[in-house]
Amino acid sequence: MNDGGNLLLIIALLPFIGALIPGVMIRAGRNACATFAAVPPALALAILLVHAPTVFSGGVVQTQIDWLPQLGLSASFFLDGLGFLFACMILGVGLLIILYARFYLSGEDPMGQFYTYLLLFQGAMLGIVLSDNILLLLIFWELTSLSSFLLIGYWKHLPEGRQGARMALAVTGAGGLAMIGGMLILGNIVGSYNLTDILQQGELIRSSDWYMPALILILLGAFTKSAQFPFHFWLPHAMAAPTPVSAYLHSATMVKAGIFLMARMWPVLSGTEAWFYIVASVGLFTMVMAACIAIFRNDLKSLLAFSTVSHLGFLTFLLGLGTEAAATAAVFHIIVHLTFKAALFMSAGIIDHEAHTRDIRRLGGLRTLMPVTFVIASLAALSMAGIPLTNGFLTKELMLEEAAHTVWAGNQYLVPIAATLGALLSAAYSFRFIAHVFFGPVRDDYPHKPHDPGFGMWASPALLVVLVMVIGLFPFVAEPIVDVAASAVTGASIHTHLAIWHGLTPALYMSLTAVVGGLIVLALYSPLSRGWAALPRPEAKVIFDGLVESIAALARRITEGLHNGAMTRYLAIFVFATVLLGFAAWQGGGMAQVNRPNLPIPPMAAVGWLLLIAGTLSVVLLHRQRFRALVVIGIIGLMVSAAFVYLSAPDLALTQISVETVTIMLLLLALHYMPKDTPIESGMFRRVRDGVIAIGAGAGVGLLSYAFMRRDIDTISDYFLANSYKGGGGHNVVNVVLVDFRGYDTYGEIIVLGIAGLIIFALMEALLSGPAGKRLRNMDFSDDLSRDRHPLMMVVSTRLMLPIATMVGVYIFLRGHNEPGGGFVAGLVIAIALLMQYMASGFAWTQARQRIEYHAMIGFGVVIAGLTGCAAFLWGLPFLTSTFGYVHWDPIEEFELASAMAFDLGVFLTVLGAVMLMLYSLSRIARHAGETVNTEPMDYDPSDRVRQTREES
Amino acid sequence: MEIVIASSIATLTAGGVYLILRLRAFAVILGLALLSYAVNLFIFSSGGLTVDEPPILHGDGIAGYTDPLPQALVLTAIVISFGMTAVLVMVSLGAYLERGNDKLDIHEDEDALSGEPDAQ
Repeated sequence: MNDGGNLLLIIALLPFIGALIPGVMIRAGRNACATFAAVPPALALAILLVHAPTVFSGGVVQTQIDWLPQLGLSASFFLDGLGFLFACMILGVGLLIILYARFYLSGEDPMGQFYTYLLLFQGAMLGIVLSDNILLLLIFWELTSLSSFLLIGYWKHLPEGRQGARMALAVTGAGGLAMIGGMLILGNIVGSYNLTDILQQGELIRSSDWYMPALILILLGAFTKSAQFPFHFWLPHAMAAPTPVSAYLHSATMVKAGIFLMARMWPVLSGTEAWFYIVASVGLFTMVMAACIAIFRNDLKSLLAFSTVSHLGFLTFLLGLGTEAAATAAVFHIIVHLTFKAALFMSAGIIDHEAHTRDIRRLGGLRTLMPVTFVIASLAALSMAGIPLTNGFLTKELMLEEAAHTVWAGNQYLVPIAATLGALLSAAYSFRFIAHVFFGPVRDDYPHKPHDPGFGMWASPALLVVLVMVIGLFPFVAEPIVDVAASAVTGASIHTHLAIWHGLTPALYMSLTAVVGGLIVLALYSPLSRGWAALPRPEAKVIFDGLVESIAALARRITEGLHNGAMTRYLAIFVFATVLLGFAAWQGGGMAQVNRPNLPIPPMAAVGWLLLIAGTLSVVLLHRQRFRALVVIGIIGLMVSAAFVYLSAPDLALTQISVETVTIMLLLLALHYMPKDTPIESGMFRRVRDGVIAIGAGAGVGLLSYAFMRRDIDTISDYFLANSYKGGGGHNVVNVVLVDFRGYDTYGEIIVLGIAGLIIFALMEALLSGPAGKRLRNMDFSDDLSRDRHPLMMVVSTRLMLPIATMVGVYIFLRGHNEPGGGFVAGLVIAIALLMQYMASGFAWTQARQRIEYHAMIGFGVVIAGLTGCAAFLWGLPFLTSTFGYVHWDPIEEFELASAMAFDLGVFLTVLGAVMLMLYSLSRIARHAGETVNTEPMDYDPSDRVRQTREES
Repeated sequence: MEIVIASSIATLTAGGVYLILRLRAFAVILGLALLSYAVNLFIFSSGGLTVDEPPILHGDGIAGYTDPLPQALVLTAIVISFGMTAVLVMVSLGAYLERGNDKLDIHEDEDALSGEPDAQ
C-alpha cells in the first residue's frame, strides 16, 4: 500500500471544482469555454498517470481523511488496477467528448451549462471508482444519477428529453436506494465500511445469513444502472440526450458503473450458485433480447442503445460466470466496448449533424458522400460484429470460449447456443448499420446534403478507431492494463496471453456461425422486419408510465385522506396516538422503586393550587370570551411563578413573571384586531370526544410526572454545582449553566429568539402590503376607542417609572452571575419598561424617541455573544470557554469581571431587541389601520390650558 | 407537595389539549400557553422538588442545593415559548386579516392541496 497524500482526493475533486469554470468562461467564447472545460480532466489524468508505475507494479495508492471514524465515516480513496482502468476511461473519453461536443453543439445550445453538467457527472463517476469507503461510494453513486438527469434532460425544450431524463432518474435512483440497503448490510457483516476491509472478508460474507438480501439489493443497484433486464428500458429513452452525452454515458461511464460495481464486489459476492444463476442468466438473456430488438430499430441511436444494453448483458454474463478467465475477459471487453461504442455514437452524431436525420430508412449511400465517417464507423461496427483483426473479435472469442464449457442447470448446450445466438444477432445489427447507412444507392432526398465534417468533429472517433485497430492487430499491447485490472478484480495474479489465433477451437466455429448467420439475417432483413412488426411486444414506456401513474395516484389518495386540511383532526390523532404509545410503554413495566418521600403541603400551596385549577377550568369554560380568558391566563402564570419561588427556583420565577407580562401585552394588542368572541361551532359529540382525549392526555402526563418526582434519578448536576464557582466564577449555578457550561445551547436559543422577532417583522411587512393591509384600512375601530387613550396619570407615572425600571433591569443583569437574575430576565424587565411607554404615550411619540433600531439590537446581541465565545480561540481554547478575575478600583469595592458577563450582555440585547421588535411590529398595524396617531404624549395636556390662559392674559 | 404539582400539570395539560382541539386560532393559542406551563412545570419537576435550597452557592460542598440543570433548561424554554407564541399570534392575526375569519381547518370549498389563495 502506498500513501497517496491528497492526490487522489484532488483527482476526485478536480472535475467538481472545474465545473464552476465553463459557466463563466462561456462569456469568453465557445473555444475558451471548451478549452477550460478540458483543463480539469487533463490535470486529473496527468496526476493519475503519475501513479501509473505504482499501480502497474501491483501497488495500491490510498488516501484517508477521517471525519467520524467512530461511525466508520471517512473520506477515503484508493487506487488499484480496476480503479485506474476506469479512471483512465472516464477522464480520457471525457476529454474526447469535450472536443467533440465543442463542434457538435449548435450556437443555440448553452454550452457553458453543458460542460458544467458534464464535469459534475465526471466528478461523480471518478468518485465511484476511487472511493474506498462504501458510504462515500453511495453518495457518488447517487450523484451520477442526479448529474446524468441534468445531462439527459439537457435539451429542456424536448418532451422526450425531459421524460427520458425523468425515467433514467427514477429507475437508477430507485436502484441506488436498494443498493444503500445492500451496502449497509455488507458493512454490518464485516464491521467496516472500507472496501479494502470488505474485500478481504469474502468467506465471511458468503457464509452469512444476510448474504442473499445483500446480494439482491446490490444487484438491483447494479442492474438498474447497467440497464439489465427488466430495467433496461430507460437506456433507449435516454437517447433523447445530445449525442456527446450518449457517447459518454453509454459507452464509458454511467452504464459501466453497474459493471464496475459487480467487478469491484466480484471477490466477495461471486462464486456462489445464487450469483451464477442470477447474474449470468440475467446477463445472457439481456444480451440476446436486446440484440434482437436492436436489429429492427430504425433510429441509429436507438439501434446503438439496444446494442449497448446487449453488450452490457455480455459483460454481466461474463462476470456472472464467476471464473477468473471470464472475469479477465470481462475486463478486456470493458475496454473494447468503450472504444468501438463511443466511436459509433459519435459517428451517429456526425451523420445526424450532417444529414439532419438519424432514421436508417432515410439514409443509405453515404459511402461516397462521407468517406471519412464511413471508414471510422465501419471499422467500429466491424469490431462490434466481432470480425477478425478488430478488437471486438478478441473479446467475442474469449466470451464464446467461456460459454462453450458452461453448464446451466445440468444442460450443457443451452448457454453455448444462447451465446452464439447473441453473437449472431450482434453481427446482424452491426452489418445492417454499415449496409443500410453507407451502402446502397446515393439518394437525392436527404433532409440535408451530407458531407464529412471538419477535423475537430471526427478526430475523437478516429482516435478511438485507431485504438480498435491497434488492439485488434497487436493484442499484446493491451495485456498490461488487462492484467493489472483483472488482478484487482479477482484478487489473484493474472497473466493473460491475448492472441488473434487460438487454433481450431469450438469458439472459432461458434464465431464463424455467428458471422455467417449475421449475413443471412441481413440478407433476409425485409421479410424478417415485416414479421417483427407483426409480433405483439410489450411497450416498456407504457408499462412504466402506467406504474408511475398508479403509484402517484395511490400516494395522492393517501395524502388527501390523511392531509385533508383539518388541523384539529391532525392534532387529535397526534395526541391520541401519543397517549396510546405512552400507555403501551407504561404497560411494559420496568419502573424503579419509589424512593423519595413526599414533601408536606403548606396551606399557601393549597390556596395556590386551588387558584391554578380554578383558573385552568375557567380558561377552558370561558375561552369564547377572549378578553376574560386572557385575564385568567395571567392568574395561572402568576401561580406558576409562585410555585417556582416556593420550590427553590428564583430565576425561573423572575423569568416566568416577566414573560407573563409581555405575553399578555402581546395578546391584548393582537386581540384588538381580532374578533372578541369565539362562536360555538363544535357539537356535543365533538366536545365530549375532545374532552376524553384531553383528560387522557392530562392523566397520563400527571401520572408520569408524579412517577418522576417520587424517584431519585442520577443526575449530572453535581458536576455543575462543584464547578460553578471554580470554573465559571459564579455563585448562581443556573446562570453559570446558561452562560458557561451550556453556553452553546443558549447561543442557539437567543438566535432562535432573534429569528422569531425577525419573522414577525417580515410577516407584518408582507401583511401590510397585501390584501390584509386593504382590509385593515377599511376597518372601523372608532367604537373600541376610549375617549382618553393616553391618560395623564399613566403617562406621568410610566415616565417616572422608566429610570427606576431601567435601574432594576441593570441591577438584575449585573448581579445575575451570583444571585438570581441575568441577561434573560434583565432583557425582559427593560422591555416591559419600554413597552409601558408605548402603551402610555402612544406609538408615534415613543417611536420618535427610539434611537436604536431593534433589528440592530438583535444583531449586536448575537454578535457580542458570538465574539465572546470566539475570544477563547485567541488562547487556543474551545468556543465559549470562559474566564474571570477580580478588579480593584478605588474607591469602589473589589468586584468580579467574568467573560461570561459579556456573553450575558449579548443574551440581554437579543432578548430585548426581539421582544421589542415583536410588539413594535404589532403596534405598526394600528398606524396602518388609519387610526389617528398622536404626536403629543397625552390626548389632553393640562399644561396647554395654562399656556393658553397665559397667552390670553 | 408532589401530588399538588402533578395534579396541576395534569389539569394544565388536559385544559391545553382540549383548547388546541378547538376550531379557532385564538383558542389554540390559549391552549398552547397552558401546555407551555404544563411542560415547563414537568421538566422543572423532573429534577425532584425541594424547598428552600435554591442553587445559589453559599459555602463549600455541593450538598443542600436543588438540581440546577432542569431550571436552566426551563428558563430558556420559557423565553423560547414566548417567541413561539408571538409568531403564532402573528400568523393567526395575518390569517384572520387575509381571510376574514380565524378558523383553523381548511374546508372543502377551499382547495387544501393546491395552496392557491382564495379566488374571492
